[in-house]
Amino acid sequence: MVERKKKTNNEIIRLKNVAKWYKAGDEIVKAVDGVDIVINKGDFVAIVGPSGSGKSTAMNLVGALDIATKGDIFLDNINIEKLHESDLAQIRGRKIGFVFQTFNLIPTLTALENVTLPMIFQRVPYEERVARAKELLTKVGLDHRLTHLPNMLSGGERQRVAVARALANDPEVILADEPTGNLDTKRGEEVAQMFNKLSDEGKTIILVTHDMYVAKHADRIYKLKDGKIENKSGRK
Amino acid sequence: MHDYLRLAYRSLKERKIRSLLTILGIFLAIITIFVLLSLSLGLKDFVDDQFEMLGGDKFFIQPKGSATGFGGEGAVELTLDDYEVVKKIQGVDKVTYFVLGNGKIEFNEKTRYYFVLGLPEDEKEAQLVFEASGIEIEDGRWLKGSDNNKILMGYNYGYRKLMGKKIKPGDNIEINGVEFEVAGIVSEVGNPGDDQQVYINLNDFRELFNSGDRVDMLWIEIKEGEDMAEVSGRVKKKLMSFRDVDEKTIDFSILTPDEIMETFGNIFNILIAFLLGIGAISMIVGGIGIANTMYTSVLERKKEIGTMKAVGARNEDILTIFVIESGILGLVGGGAGVIVGIGIAKGIEYGAKVVFGVDMLRASMNPWIIIGSLAFAFVVGVLSGFLPSYQASKLKPVDALRYE
Repeated sequence: MVERKKKTNNEIIRLKNVAKWYKAGDEIVKAVDGVDIVINKGDFVAIVGPSGSGKSTAMNLVGALDIATKGDIFLDNINIEKLHESDLAQIRGRKIGFVFQTFNLIPTLTALENVTLPMIFQRVPYEERVARAKELLTKVGLDHRLTHLPNMLSGGERQRVAVARALANDPEVILADEPTGNLDTKRGEEVAQMFNKLSDEGKTIILVTHDMYVAKHADRIYKLKDGKIENKSGRK
Repeated sequence: MHDYLRLAYRSLKERKIRSLLTILGIFLAIITIFVLLSLSLGLKDFVDDQFEMLGGDKFFIQPKGSATGFGGEGAVELTLDDYEVVKKIQGVDKVTYFVLGNGKIEFNEKTRYYFVLGLPEDEKEAQLVFEASGIEIEDGRWLKGSDNNKILMGYNYGYRKLMGKKIKPGDNIEINGVEFEVAGIVSEVGNPGDDQQVYINLNDFRELFNSGDRVDMLWIEIKEGEDMAEVSGRVKKKLMSFRDVDEKTIDFSILTPDEIMETFGNIFNILIAFLLGIGAISMIVGGIGIANTMYTSVLERKKEIGTMKAVGARNEDILTIFVIESGILGLVGGGAGVIVGIGIAKGIEYGAKVVFGVDMLRASMNPWIIIGSLAFAFVVGVLSGFLPSYQASKLKPVDALRYE
């Protein structure tokens, strides 16, 4: 049973009093503690904060990689906290594209195959997904690296493959967790520019970072501290 | 499915050495199973063939206790009188018999001890013994009723240099110190026991072994259209009354083809079960190898599993990929095992025939052994890999992604 929220304007993500608590020995760690966020379609949002502030936990919750201890998370008006794992997997595959700090490419697959992977799980026919993967790799400037394995690519190239993979199923939301963390400033800037471009094309971007310089590419910045939103600032 | 196969294959290829070692376990197990099964089923085929040659219209009578060996010094003996009684029973077409003795055979300054068969002087009756075993004359001629001190030699004397050099018709050979002239060499039966036998007329046998009227086995062929159970029952009854014995004291046994086949069938089933047991143990070891490899693989690839889940893989997708991987390990090991197994089984068959003259060890290439071995290897692979794969599929994406 999919719980739908009454559709309101342009909203794509809504976190309603979301909390994630862990038990560490006898102590309860409140990694995310009562967060309310609304993100509209096409927004470019950065979540910043020091290590342990709960920003990655928040991203995992929004990305349906983890389940909240309490509260509701609506993704495209569907309460994902009420869904089963196989439905969550489908939502992750269709609606969200992930970009990780460590790229997380499958080492045994070529750049092209890594990009086709999300489409395999959505049962996209072979020809279609290969054509799409080529198109995306061309878009990120890697059309000459299609058959390279991840270990034959530089860090910047790997992250670009990861971005292409995130776009494979044409998701509405891109979630990037410290995407520039393992890159030098120049490559980091290139990747950040890429997100700007995607935002311009209408993708909703959520960028988790501790690097304020990268965060400044976003339209809106949420600062997280001890699992709570400390403040919100924005250009728009 | 094709995509999952490719994903699984890539991952196995990446861990080449470990995959190969895991495959080796299954490979050896399947070789063991395949060779044992192939040879024992081949042996069964051989026995079945022998019985087919014998035909369904013959049965045998032998004195009880002869399981310890024909021509022994047991108190119970069948005699020519019994033969005469059986011959007259309704439904019986032909009766023949033979006597067995252990002969000291000397030729070419070599001495060997093998069985000597004494055959009826009636040529037709003697022929019946050969016909039922599918034995033909290979060189020379059959024995005639009037032959004295003439001998027929088993195949191995003529063609396998059993006595150091080939024996030909016309050669002289000594049995228990008495000289015989070789009349002929008979064709091959396929088992050394039969191919090392020699055959002489009953008269000569009696002189050589002082066997009197003793016969060691009666062969009865029933008339066409008669019922085996009925005729053998009638023979049993008449012979019991002639020998003055009852069900408790009965001193001979009647062996019908069905009974013999059943006994052989039981022995074969036990043999095959035993051999399969040995194979199963080696297969379990191979399966544990697969499980071990898959557990390690799941542990190593936790992050990869997390990534796949993040990009949309459902639990069943992960389960399928990992199960295919372990299935491939089983199937490749099984496939290679079957191929090498065929080679080894055929090699044993060839070696047994050429070196030892044994035709019984045939490698059966029954398609079901091949299909069965492959299927077994695949199933063991899948089952051994199932738990680790299930564990992989159940990993929470966030935990899997965090794993370093």
